[in-house]
Amino acid sequence: MDFLNALVALANFVLIPATAYGAQLALGALGVTLIYGILRFSNFAHGDTMAFGAMVTILVTWWLQGAGITAGPLPTALIALPVGIAGTALLLLAMDRSIYAFYRAKKAKPVVLVIVSMGVMFMLNGIVRFIIGPDNQRFADGERFIISARDFKTMTGLDEGLSLKTSQGITVVTAVIVVALLFWFLTHTRTGKSMRAYSDNEDLALLSGINPEKVVAITWIIVAALATVAGVLYGLDKSFKPFTYFQLLLPIFASAIVGGLGSPVGAIVGGFVIAFSEVTVTYAWKKIATYLLPDAWAPDSLVQLLSTDYKFAVSFVILVIVLLFRPTGIFAGKSV
Amino acid sequence: MNANLRAVLLFALVFGLILLSGYERSWNVALGIINMGLISAIMALGVNMQWGYAGLFNVGVMGFVALGGLAAVLVGMPPVAEAWAAGGGRMLLALAVGAGTIAAAVLAWPRLPRGRMRALALAALLIAGFVVYRWLFDPAVEAIESVNPAGTGYLGGLGLPILLAWPVGGLLAAGAAWAIGKTALGLRSDYLAIATLGIAEIVIAVLKNEDWLSRGVKNVTGLPRPVPYEIDLQNSAAFVARMESWGFDPVSASSVTVKLGYAGLFLVVLLILIWLSQKALHSPWGRMMRAIRDNETAAGAMGKNVTRRHLQVFILGSAVCGIAGAMMTTLDGQLTPGTYQPLRFTFLVWVMVIVGGSGNNFGAVLGGFLIWYLWVEVEPRGRELMELVTSGMADGYWLKAHLLDSAAHMRLFTMGLILVLVLRFSPRGLIPER
Repeated sequence: MDFLNALVALANFVLIPATAYGAQLALGALGVTLIYGILRFSNFAHGDTMAFGAMVTILVTWWLQGAGITAGPLPTALIALPVGIAGTALLLLAMDRSIYAFYRAKKAKPVVLVIVSMGVMFMLNGIVRFIIGPDNQRFADGERFIISARDFKTMTGLDEGLSLKTSQGITVVTAVIVVALLFWFLTHTRTGKSMRAYSDNEDLALLSGINPEKVVAITWIIVAALATVAGVLYGLDKSFKPFTYFQLLLPIFASAIVGGLGSPVGAIVGGFVIAFSEVTVTYAWKKIATYLLPDAWAPDSLVQLLSTDYKFAVSFVILVIVLLFRPTGIFAGKSV
Repeated sequence: MNANLRAVLLFALVFGLILLSGYERSWNVALGIINMGLISAIMALGVNMQWGYAGLFNVGVMGFVALGGLAAVLVGMPPVAEAWAAGGGRMLLALAVGAGTIAAAVLAWPRLPRGRMRALALAALLIAGFVVYRWLFDPAVEAIESVNPAGTGYLGGLGLPILLAWPVGGLLAAGAAWAIGKTALGLRSDYLAIATLGIAEIVIAVLKNEDWLSRGVKNVTGLPRPVPYEIDLQNSAAFVARMESWGFDPVSASSVTVKLGYAGLFLVVLLILIWLSQKALHSPWGRMMRAIRDNETAAGAMGKNVTRRHLQVFILGSAVCGIAGAMMTTLDGQLTPGTYQPLRFTFLVWVMVIVGGSGNNFGAVLGGFLIWYLWVEVEPRGRELMELVTSGMADGYWLKAHLLDSAAHMRLFTMGLILVLVLRFSPRGLIPER
């Protein structure tokens, strides 16, 4: 019984939250890695792109809620999501035309593009704060739980409750669908194949008649979709605050680099590696240890390796370890 | 136009703008802009060494600045004797064990034979070290933080003159830069960027949460000052008499005098650093740095040790940022870890360097003043603009209230726009590298 309780506690406090967080990070890291693969620079504006997409979705959600349209037990934000994606795609395409295209034509060094993306980050940050303000916004509605802790306890008779939030379930399901669509697109469609070809070898791709501007435009649209979905899922699961999205930049980049920059599979694996380590290292293991160990050995302290305030340190340490021992990441990415 | 003349005119323009805002509002405001402008200029000098001389992409400026601020506390504040008695020794021991474990692991790794046993032995060493460290550390923290938590609750500093904190801040930052540089330099440039971004967040997290060290979000206030207090000046009969004989109001004159005192100190530091930077840039070392930046492979083929030089300049630039951070905390008179924001302390400094002219020390200094002036000035100007835009709307209309409330966020957008425009139309900055 104690063993079962420990297992349930583990699932409740570690496995489920980490899986949802990992899916959000993976979606964010996929966007970063795609831009890196096709446009060949690290996009510092990605966190703020996520915030922008989430903001558009939130505004549409509020409008829908005001008009009395909801998705029943599901959050209304899911209906608003396509509008958010479209808005973000328009923004990114406009940014590309007005800002990035110039440097691409000049074949500027990647680091120049990184600095340009820093400017874009400032602008997006300003726009988001200007429109929706710097404060926390709540936009989740519908059922809060798929299984609540109390239902689970009455169902199984265990002491430990297992709760599965709707946002967590939706995160994982949406992430699986989005990733499946993305991989199908990359491997089975003509455009997707041309994107991979362009990423592998730009000159050869150009020689085979691939239109680079089309590839770039499609990339931005996909990135807009990934960033908006990641931003909305994160906002549903935790809450929406522009500054938090900016701070997500570090774990997202850590995921992309740990997996191998430019490798989509790597981005997903990296996202889960970072998320699981962050949650396990900052979780207080006292409860589980009390169930598993004999009473005499039960720990007095929280058995928490690091306080949650240091979660950035976890992404950072993993990043450093990978950089030291395998600089191209788990799935050897590209190295420009 | 002659390049020197252009630089002089630009500097004159920026100071004219600052004087104008002093004339319009108050000299206190203008001096405030100048003081932070001097500090910003020093930060920009530091980033310019890394980016302009060597092409290193450091986005962890905030971390080095915050370490400088920590130095101001550790040097300037008086020690808390009770806290030291309660857990000081144990804390030092814990830190020594922690550092020793990491050092032992780093030293042992290349010396042990390769294989699975090595990884296991190292893991065992690290875990054992961590357990011992936490066993020593946790009670020490508890003991220190329970000593008068509302007033102190930390170890305090050394009680030395605060001016000493400036070089110490540089040293702290240099130490952190050495550790990062050792791991991330020599890899791709983006990796250094992410590593510095991470270390900056970690430094801030430490300052916010390690109450025994920096009082965390309870803030350390009342740092000793290198200049007199306003109230003492106002109480000094000689000062009041002199100011009145010159026709100034003693109260505002006292705060102007204090600000002028800071400005003088900062100016001395800035001039020394500019002089050193110019000497370095025009020495064989500076030429070698630029050669490495422009073509690493060629410089490597000429026998230059690219990674070592990168490490060197990375440490130097970070140390300069640390000095600026200590100066800023001295000016504020308090360490408030909650106020360190990457947009303000890392990316704004980058805007300064790029706008001013990367690779040119005077450009970086000009950028520091200009961008700081704009950062301060855009907010009231944005509000005026919004008042103009909304003047036709009825009072109480939601859009009017929203636009007026949000005017403060205009400046982030403006800074981004300036950066993008400068990169597009004048990528070498206002005072380009020669």
